Amino acid sequence: MAEQHTGIGISIKNLYKIFGSNPEAYIDAVKGGMTKTELNEKHNHVLGLKDINIDMPGGSIQVVMGLSGSGKSTLIRHINRLIDPTAGEVIVGDEDVVKMNETELREFRRHRTAMVFQKFALLPHRTVLENTVYGLEIQGVPREEQEKHARRWISRVGLDGFEDNYPNQLSGGMQQRVGLARALTNDAPILLMDEAFSALDPLIRMDMQSVLLDLQKEIRKTVVFITHDLDEALRLGDRIAILRDGEVVQQGTKQEIVLRPADEYISSFVREVNRGRVISVDMVMTPLSGEPQGMPIRSGTVLEVSAKKMTDSNASFAHVTDADGKPIGALDIQEVISAMVTPVDHETAA
Amino acid sequence: MEWLTEFPDLGTSTLRNIRLTVDGAFRDFTRAYGESIELLFEPVKWFLINSENFMTDMPWPLILGIVAVLVWIASRSWKITLSSVVVLIVIGLFGMWEDTMKTIAMTFVATVLAIIFGIPIGIGMSRSNRVQSVVNPILDIMQTMPSFVYLIPVIMLFGIGKVPGLIAVIIYAIPPIIRLTNLGIRLVDKDVLEAADAFGSSSWQRLKNVQMPLALPTIMAGINQTIMMALAMVVVASMVGVQGLGQQVLRAINNQYFTLGVLNGLAIVGVAIIFDRASQAYGQRLQRHTEVVHG
Ligand SMILES: Nc1ncnc2c1ncn2[C@@H]1O[C@H](COP(=O)(O)OP(=O)(O)O)[C@@H](O)[C@H]1O
Ligand SMILES: [Mg+2]
Repeated sequence: MAEQHTGIGISIKNLYKIFGSNPEAYIDAVKGGMTKTELNEKHNHVLGLKDINIDMPGGSIQVVMGLSGSGKSTLIRHINRLIDPTAGEVIVGDEDVVKMNETELREFRRHRTAMVFQKFALLPHRTVLENTVYGLEIQGVPREEQEKHARRWISRVGLDGFEDNYPNQLSGGMQQRVGLARALTNDAPILLMDEAFSALDPLIRMDMQSVLLDLQKEIRKTVVFITHDLDEALRLGDRIAILRDGEVVQQGTKQEIVLRPADEYISSFVREVNRGRVISVDMVMTPLSGEPQGMPIRSGTVLEVSAKKMTDSNASFAHVTDADGKPIGALDIQEVISAMVTPVDHETAA
Repeated sequence: MEWLTEFPDLGTSTLRNIRLTVDGAFRDFTRAYGESIELLFEPVKWFLINSENFMTDMPWPLILGIVAVLVWIASRSWKITLSSVVVLIVIGLFGMWEDTMKTIAMTFVATVLAIIFGIPIGIGMSRSNRVQSVVNPILDIMQTMPSFVYLIPVIMLFGIGKVPGLIAVIIYAIPPIIRLTNLGIRLVDKDVLEAADAFGSSSWQRLKNVQMPLALPTIMAGINQTIMMALAMVVVASMVGVQGLGQQVLRAINNQYFTLGVLNGLAIVGVAIIFDRASQAYGQRLQRHTEVVHG
């Protein structure tokens, strides 16, 4: 089984989901601009998702963030079609998940996706090992091979020695490690994680985030990670999409979102963020004019680190270099510090 | 004012005609198909007779050993195992060994058949609200209709004997296992089912790997109730020729033999307690891993 995936991209196009007894009847009205409130009060249907368009590049972590009830779970369940859309397309690789028949969908779920759940959703009557092999077992993979893969992932997520325990004998954090091992054993290119760490205590949560980031360096899967927590989003996400009331209100890299929140709703999220640890020097550097001045700082370094380096060596100026050491921009300590402390007001930031 | 005190019924002659027509039709049906239906039940009869012979022909120490082993496997409790053996020994000392063996054989066969038919019906009910809404009232009728009433057509078809008795016992005892199979499957955690779906389980895989194992403790509770009801039915079934403890109770009633009645009644209670404790302990052991200890 291949370990490395160049990554399969996911592209969600014009996706709508209306919950209720007769969603088709209202799809045109919703496309024409009927609001969630009107649909709910007058027609007793719930607008779950409205005109979602997200491109998720293969091999990276896409975070979808939003408050409770904003439609995150609904959205991620469209990717493996645990929920059927009312309108729209979900293109995975070069296939439209929406158009698959039952058999194709089952094969797709078995080989292309794996999922980790907020409430773990382990099989309580099976041991850790038996839970972990589940995906391969239903594919009909020989038992020996199932166990070989499962034991490797159990070990990789740090559960050595717990193979024969039942889920109810483990703590929440350990149960979710089982959830992760079960998903990874499937060796699918897409990993769907619906608030996978939200039920865990803060310290254990940080721990699990590190486990995921470490693994991702090696496995390079296309990860869709749902969270309601901005710190988690910023820590994990290569790209972040923010949902509100079933609509995407902003999407982009984490730096774009912290530096240029699209509206008041997002500014209220990012106001408390430690910007020095999120924003990189690339976002504040100015174009080089003449010779590069001062010390070199690697592209991608966060502001906090670069400010420390510059003040430690008493430098007011520095230059940013790319991976090969070529200068690509100039840095002024004033701007570095002001970018770290300025609270973002969306009107002035735009 | 006579029309107010006398309910305006359909009239004696109309009612008599209805009775005659239905009875006639059923009698014709019996004459036409009785033999083929009896043939259909041949395997059941064979199963019952062999179970009975097994229990009565087997040397009693062996039976005691088998019961002890089975109860131990189910309950893993010395207390329950030992009490079961003691109860059987006391029953034997009071001269009711043979009848008790026949009753146990009957209960065993009725329970096995109830499981074979009940679980698939319960599964069917759990998969469709339509099926559930059709089967539920039928189960209500089966449980509330006095058993003597459905004995009538059964006897017309089969005559007096073991098979009609067995059928009556099954009709009376099967509802709990059907209901609790249905309930158990419907109560399975939606999150776990969703996970099974997300990994691409077929509907058979999801039944086999998730729904049945998680519903099993509930289904076991149904089996336990079915056994108890089957035992309760053996007295009624003895009226149509089923042998065993029930027959002795019936004899005691007819002849006002108080001691005979009490002893055989107590023997039924004893057998019931053995079945009950063993199957409940088994059910509890099944439940062990399903309980959530950590949140
Ligand atoms: N099956 C359903 N029927 C009706 N409304 C639903 C259903 N599932 C979700 N919703 C509604 O859709 C909205 C989004 O739900 P969800 O995707 O679970 O949000 P989140 O995961 O962001 O908390 C909520 O308003 C919720 O009430
Ligand atoms: Mg959710």
